[in-house]
Parts: sequence; structure tokens; C-alpha cells
Amino acid sequence: MDRIPILRMGPVLLVSIQVDMHDELALTLQDDLTNAITTHGARGVLIDISAVSVVDSFMGRMLANIAGIARVLDATTVVVGMQPAVAITLVELGLSLEGVRTALNVEKGMAHLQAVVASAEVFSDSSDDADGAH
Amino acid sequence: MPDPSVNRLVAVIDERFDELLRSWTADQLATLRRGQIAENDLRAQCSELLQIIRRALVSGAPLDAEAQAWSGARDLLARISMSRAQQGFSPAETATFVLSLKRPLFGILRSASRDTDSLADDIWSATLLLDQLALHTTDVYLRARQELISRQQQDMLELSTPVVKLWEGVLALPMIGTLDSSRTQVVMESLLQRIVETGSDVAILDITGVPTVDTLTAQHLLKTVTAARLMGAECIISGIRPQIAQTIVHLGVDLGDVITKATLADAFKLALSRLGLGIMRQRHAPVAAHAAAPTAD
Repeated sequence: MDRIPILRMGPVLLVSIQVDMHDELALTLQDDLTNAITTHGARGVLIDISAVSVVDSFMGRMLANIAGIARVLDATTVVVGMQPAVAITLVELGLSLEGVRTALNVEKGMAHLQAVVASAEVFSDSSDDADGAH
Repeated sequence: MPDPSVNRLVAVIDERFDELLRSWTADQLATLRRGQIAENDLRAQCSELLQIIRRALVSGAPLDAEAQAWSGARDLLARISMSRAQQGFSPAETATFVLSLKRPLFGILRSASRDTDSLADDIWSATLLLDQLALHTTDVYLRARQELISRQQQDMLELSTPVVKLWEGVLALPMIGTLDSSRTQVVMESLLQRIVETGSDVAILDITGVPTVDTLTAQHLLKTVTAARLMGAECIISGIRPQIAQTIVHLGVDLGDVITKATLADAFKLALSRLGLGIMRQRHAPVAAHAAAPTAD
């Protein structure tokens, strides 16, 4: 069966969707990604959809779902490289993907995730220091 | 079966062509504003139309301007009408070109006729024909105007949606004119396309030139902002005039978490700060520039 590969880059998981999504593929990706986040303890998920030219409401909902699941598991999701036509379609469908972070390209998305991860580490470091002080 | 009144019409046009033409041209020149059309051109047009009408009448064509025999007259009137539409004549002035033939023609018919019944027939035939030709003129006039309007609309659509780059990573879209669905579509597409091309993080939608904002316009704006956000760019709406701000609040339009600024300058400042940039005043800048120029030579 087809699967969309999930690549791990440190604390960030990288998913690049290069094929047209059908429903089963989307559900498999959702499962795989959820498992991968828990297994690797990922803090960020980057989904690249720059190659996706056709989108339907299911796909839009799936992106929102993945972001929601990731948030529950304490990871930030960034969707990058959405094509103008896809963006217009999603807006016309009434799916504004509230709560999903977006970026223009992988580079900017990765920079954003690294900032999020870094700030989380600083926070946990400082809390460790605070614990150590006591 | 040739109508006797048609024969009489032809006879009158033949016999008193010059008198008819002079009187018709003079009537028109009296009603038209000075300088709208040259007298010679007008006389040439009148004379051509009269001859075409005469030819069609002689050929025994029915008094139906839609018929094949009248195609010459229709074409001539179409040409005149189109050129008048472009020169800015009013529809009434254009139709008057044909209708003003009635007074001199009826006058001549009356002086030529001895019998009231046949005179009534002649006048009826002439009226029937001239009215149809006048209607045709108006038709063509309106069509020409319609074409002009739709072409201008298209031009305006293309002209009024420029996406300009203010800075590396900052786009601005100064919107001018009323925002309807088709325009918003064009605006949205060109903005999103430029965001992809330039990789800009911030886009400023400036609505200083939008005369009114209603719920539909606001919805269109929100759609554009949402689409840009989906692609990973942030939108700032600027140029909201005091009345428009009041309208938005009175209409209960929820602009959500869209950033709005009063002026383009404010929006630009915010956009720069989002990119970690700022503008600062140079010390002695103008003096230094002038002083540097001669020494460089």
C-alpha cells in the first residue's frame, strides 16, 4: 500500500506530500504521524504541500485534524508551500484552518519550528535551573 | 404589389432632392450644438442616406427596415451611429438624425399632394419607414455604448489591481474602486500569485480608494486575508477611513484577528517591524549628500 514517508530531523518531523491525496492515504498519514510524534517525542511537524494542486474538503479537514492531534501531543504543526489555487479553494469551502500555522516555504517553516523548539528548550532549561536552585 | 404611396415618395425625393436635403441639413444644424459635426460631413451623410432610401424604395422593397433590401441603409446608419456614439452624442441626438427628415419630407409631401387621403397614406408610409430606421440607429448606438462600457470595465479591472513591492518581503495592494465578487477574485489571485513569486511574508491591503465597505466587501476582504494566511503570509488591512470604520462597526462585521491600521504608513511600519527591520533618521543626511557630490567628481 502507498505510504507518505515521514522524515525525522531532530525534534521535527518532515512530511512532504508529493501525490494527490485520496482519503485512505490521508487516514494512513494521520495514523503514521500520530505514532511517529509519540515514538520520537517530536516537538514540531512540518507538512509540505507545495506539490498538491487539487484539494477537497476532506483534505482540508485532515490538515486541521493533524494539527489538532499534534497540538494535543505538544507538537507544533506548520503547513508550508500552499498553492494560491489551493488557498482560494479552501477559503471558498469555508475551511480557514484556524489554529494551523502556515509558512511560504520549507525554509521559513523550518525557521519557525526551530524558534518554537528553541523557546521550549529555553523554558525547560530555565525551569531545570530553577529546580536546581531550590 | 407596389404601394402607390411608395411611388409618390420616390417621385418627391427625385424631384425635390436638393430642397429636401437643404432643409433637412439646416434643421439638424439648428438643433445640434455648434462644432459637434462639420456641415459638409453632415450634408454628405444626409445625401447618402436619401439616395440609399430612394434606391430601396425603387427596388419595390416592403417598408420593413429589417428586410434584405434595406441592408444598405442599415449599414450606413450603423456606421453613423457608431461614430456618433464614440464622439459623445446623446442617444436623442443620434436618433434625431433620421427623425428630423420627417418635417421637411412631410412639408414637401403636403405641397405636392392635392388629395387628403393619399397624403395621409404617404405620411403614414414615410413615418413607418423612418421610425424603424430611427429605432435601428438607437439600437446600434446603445450596442456601441455597451461595448465601450464593457471594454472600459475590463481596462479598469486590469489597471486597478497592481501588486507593488514595498520592500523585500513586503507587498502592498492599493485597491481602488468598488469591490465586487469578480474584482475580488482577480485581486485575490494576483496577490497570492505575487506572494508565491516574491516569497513575501507580509502583504498590505490598502483600501483608501474603496469608496464604501458593506458586509459583502468585508467578507471579500476577509477571504483574501484568510487565503494569504493559508499560504503563510500575513495580511494587514490599511487605509480605513473614519466613516468606513464606523460602517464596519455599525454593520457588526467581525474582522476577527485581522490586523487593521489607519494608514499605509502605519501598516508599512508594522510590516518592517515584523521582519525585524526599522527606519531611522540619518544624522546630517542631506548636507552630507550635497557635500559628497563635488568631492566625488
